[in-house]
Amino acid sequence: MFTQFKVKAEAVGSEVHRFDTKAEALDFIEKFLKEENIKDAPGSFALWADSPILKGVDTKALAKKYPGLKFEVTRKLAKDAKVCITQVDWGIANTGTVAQDSTAVDQRLAAALPWIHIALLSTDTIVADLPALMSRMHPSRNRYITLTTGPSRTADIERVLAIGVHGPERLVIVCIDESGGKK
Amino acid sequence: MTKQFTKSIHKALKNQNLAGILDRWNYPTARAKAYEGIDFEALRTQIAERKGYAADHLDDLAERFKKAAESRGAKVFRTSSPQAVKDYITNLCKEKGVKKVVKSKSMASEEIHLNKHLAENGIQADETDLGEWIIQLAHQTPSHFAMPALHLTKEEISDLFSKEVNKPLSNDIQQLVKIARKELREKFLNADLGISGANIAIAETGTIITVTNEGNARLVTTLPKIHVALVGLEKLVANYTDAIPILTALPKSATSQLMTSYVTLITGPTPNDDGSMKDLHIILMDNKRTEMAKDPKFKEALQCIRCASCLNVCPVYRLVGGHVFGHIYTGGIGTILTAWFNELKSTEDIQGLCIGCGKCKEICPGKIDIPGLILEIRRRLAAKQGLPFVYKSALSVINNRKLFHTMLRAAFLAQKPFAKDGFIRHLPMFLSGLSEYRSLPTIAPVPFHDLFKKIKQPASKTKAAFFSGCAIEFVFPKIGEAVVKVLNKAGIEVLFPEGQSCCGIPHWGSGAFDMAALAAAHNIKPLLENDVQYVVTACATCATALKKEWPHVLQGENMDNLVPEAEKLAAKTVMFSELVNKLIEERKLTPKDGQQLAKITYHDSCHAKRHAGIYKEPRAALTAVGYELKEMFENDTCCGMGGSYTVKQPELSMRMLKRKLKNIESTGAEYVSAECPGCLIQLAGGLDKSSSKIKAKHPAELMEERFK
Repeated sequence: MFTQFKVKAEAVGSEVHRFDTKAEALDFIEKFLKEENIKDAPGSFALWADSPILKGVDTKALAKKYPGLKFEVTRKLAKDAKVCITQVDWGIANTGTVAQDSTAVDQRLAAALPWIHIALLSTDTIVADLPALMSRMHPSRNRYITLTTGPSRTADIERVLAIGVHGPERLVIVCIDESGGKK
Repeated sequence: MTKQFTKSIHKALKNQNLAGILDRWNYPTARAKAYEGIDFEALRTQIAERKGYAADHLDDLAERFKKAAESRGAKVFRTSSPQAVKDYITNLCKEKGVKKVVKSKSMASEEIHLNKHLAENGIQADETDLGEWIIQLAHQTPSHFAMPALHLTKEEISDLFSKEVNKPLSNDIQQLVKIARKELREKFLNADLGISGANIAIAETGTIITVTNEGNARLVTTLPKIHVALVGLEKLVANYTDAIPILTALPKSATSQLMTSYVTLITGPTPNDDGSMKDLHIILMDNKRTEMAKDPKFKEALQCIRCASCLNVCPVYRLVGGHVFGHIYTGGIGTILTAWFNELKSTEDIQGLCIGCGKCKEICPGKIDIPGLILEIRRRLAAKQGLPFVYKSALSVINNRKLFHTMLRAAFLAQKPFAKDGFIRHLPMFLSGLSEYRSLPTIAPVPFHDLFKKIKQPASKTKAAFFSGCAIEFVFPKIGEAVVKVLNKAGIEVLFPEGQSCCGIPHWGSGAFDMAALAAAHNIKPLLENDVQYVVTACATCATALKKEWPHVLQGENMDNLVPEAEKLAAKTVMFSELVNKLIEERKLTPKDGQQLAKITYHDSCHAKRHAGIYKEPRAALTAVGYELKEMFENDTCCGMGGSYTVKQPELSMRMLKRKLKNIESTGAEYVSAECPGCLIQLAGGLDKSSSKIKAKHPAELMEERFK
């Protein structure tokens, strides 16, 4: 399932990484924030929206270590964020899609406004296809469901593909086999 | 056709940006790749069933939707009137002090010219879908409803953006997109109210689904504190799972993607970022949709999922773009929607753009018979207003073979000064347009029914009746001769029932179904008279009539008593190549040994492939006798003949022909074959006029001498 997910997600321009453990995934994110030069300045923030994976993580220490990394998401901060991190609920293998209940507004702001969106995904939540996903998510429980397949794109000018028109330019999917924080 | 309309076509033909863009996209190939591994027929049958069910239960579903959405805290407003929609939104704006609105794409709002209304009330509404924003800046209407600004070049768009941001910009598309992001981001953040459309509305749960690639719908439904979703009633489906086939097909058909970047399912208000709850209003707009649902024919059009694939494959849309359609919805389905959302009369000109090639019907994910419905518009217009006198009298003449014959004899004599080698290359004065890009065929000195009498055939128990059709009778009698010769080789004796006349397709195609039914009635008896084994036609257009349309036409015109006979005839009717292929397979026809014949390419006539369903058979038969088949690009795209279309829309017909000729030439074949005399007239005329070495031949001519 993961292999198909990765192939389909990469085919639409998503970046897919897979780690055995939560610790390795966190390491990757730290490195990523360094590489992206996250700073405590508008345009360079990194925001981490409320995520189950953060349970047991010393967020204060992390925030101290990476000035500019914040664990709150407001409109003002999201507007000036370079990177936002959210934890999504499901993956769809045959389209390379990630799915999230984004009823909470911080999740929506974090996924929609920055240049880079990092989506954390438990590898074991990847399902085969859309019908399989729709049997797991339902409007009666999930008020605002977002399915995301690749970065924001448009071909409205001369049918030429352009990335990052209103939403993120990069969608980085971090799959974790033992997340210990499955939603 | 009004002069103004002819002018607008002429103007559109000068601007071929859109054709170039569609060519670079190569939609048919990209689409096919997106659908790899998917049973498209099964998928579209599901969509047709679920949307068809919804169309039958619009009122019930709207009520269920309202209840479900209201129970989640949304406010739902149902109305049939566009004015009431506009009033509702302006009142809401006044009440809440809204000055700035951001919109994600909503064709329903375009349909009622909402932006104009808001502007008149001092409310600034900015489109945020890139294409919609571009046409808003250009003060235009969408030319394509999935990609609204497809007709504009990057240079034109750069000019528009430069004016908007007050500084000169480059033509680089990536940079232009970033400018749009920056400009529109400010608008998102400052807007008081967001207006979205919906791709699907689920009655069971009160959910609206939006599908965007850019992500603008997420911002429109998240950043402003008030959200108004303007939803056409046809977006309703009964149940949550009904969304599955639609969401599966829409991205593939619309933009050849497996999935659109963002799909959002919103059920009731969600929190705003200031802690308040969203003020969510959902407007269910009828505007003639219920009326449409009550029409037994047009109900089908409500199965549309607005993918616009019918535009992408249309040979006419490719040439003229969207603006000649004159209203918001463009292309094939647009013509149908305009007939209802505006009025029937407003489609008087644009219905004539459809050549009836059937390409769109093949790929429609809603399984809508788009050309059939446009023909129905034509029929209703003809019934209401009558056909123009010239057409009506011409069609009457065709139905009367004796009179037709006399007139054509006169024409044969009159053509003499212009004819040479079987072609008319120049015509004087106002007729010159007809022979500008294509030589015209001459009328044969001896019509087929006279020629037939001189053919000596061996008597046989197996008999076939030959239905020649007008073109073989008067223009290509030699094709008829070849048909007889080949069938004789298989031990079949060919009869030529004298009472036959025109098959009625010209009448049918003009919307004169009553005259088409008369034509059917006139022909059935003589064709069935001798209890023949086969009724053979070598004309794809006649095959459409005999094999498929006659029973329907007779039924529609209350001539039910003839329907069983028409069905009997349909079951007996075969196209020439279909029969030959069968006879080869049954070893009743044996190709001569060891023949390596010329390289040929095969053009699928629209009637043969998409109406009669015959396209494998001629290829099999022609290669069996030794021809080398070299397929052309777009082998089943219309050549532009379309019967009277070539006379009514000469400019479009010639453009289609030009493209076809180019595709034929690139194969390097010696012959192009088609089992349709209409196509042969067009192709042979075009090849002659362009001094090509390639000859257009009927399969019967190519196979005449090829059997033992």
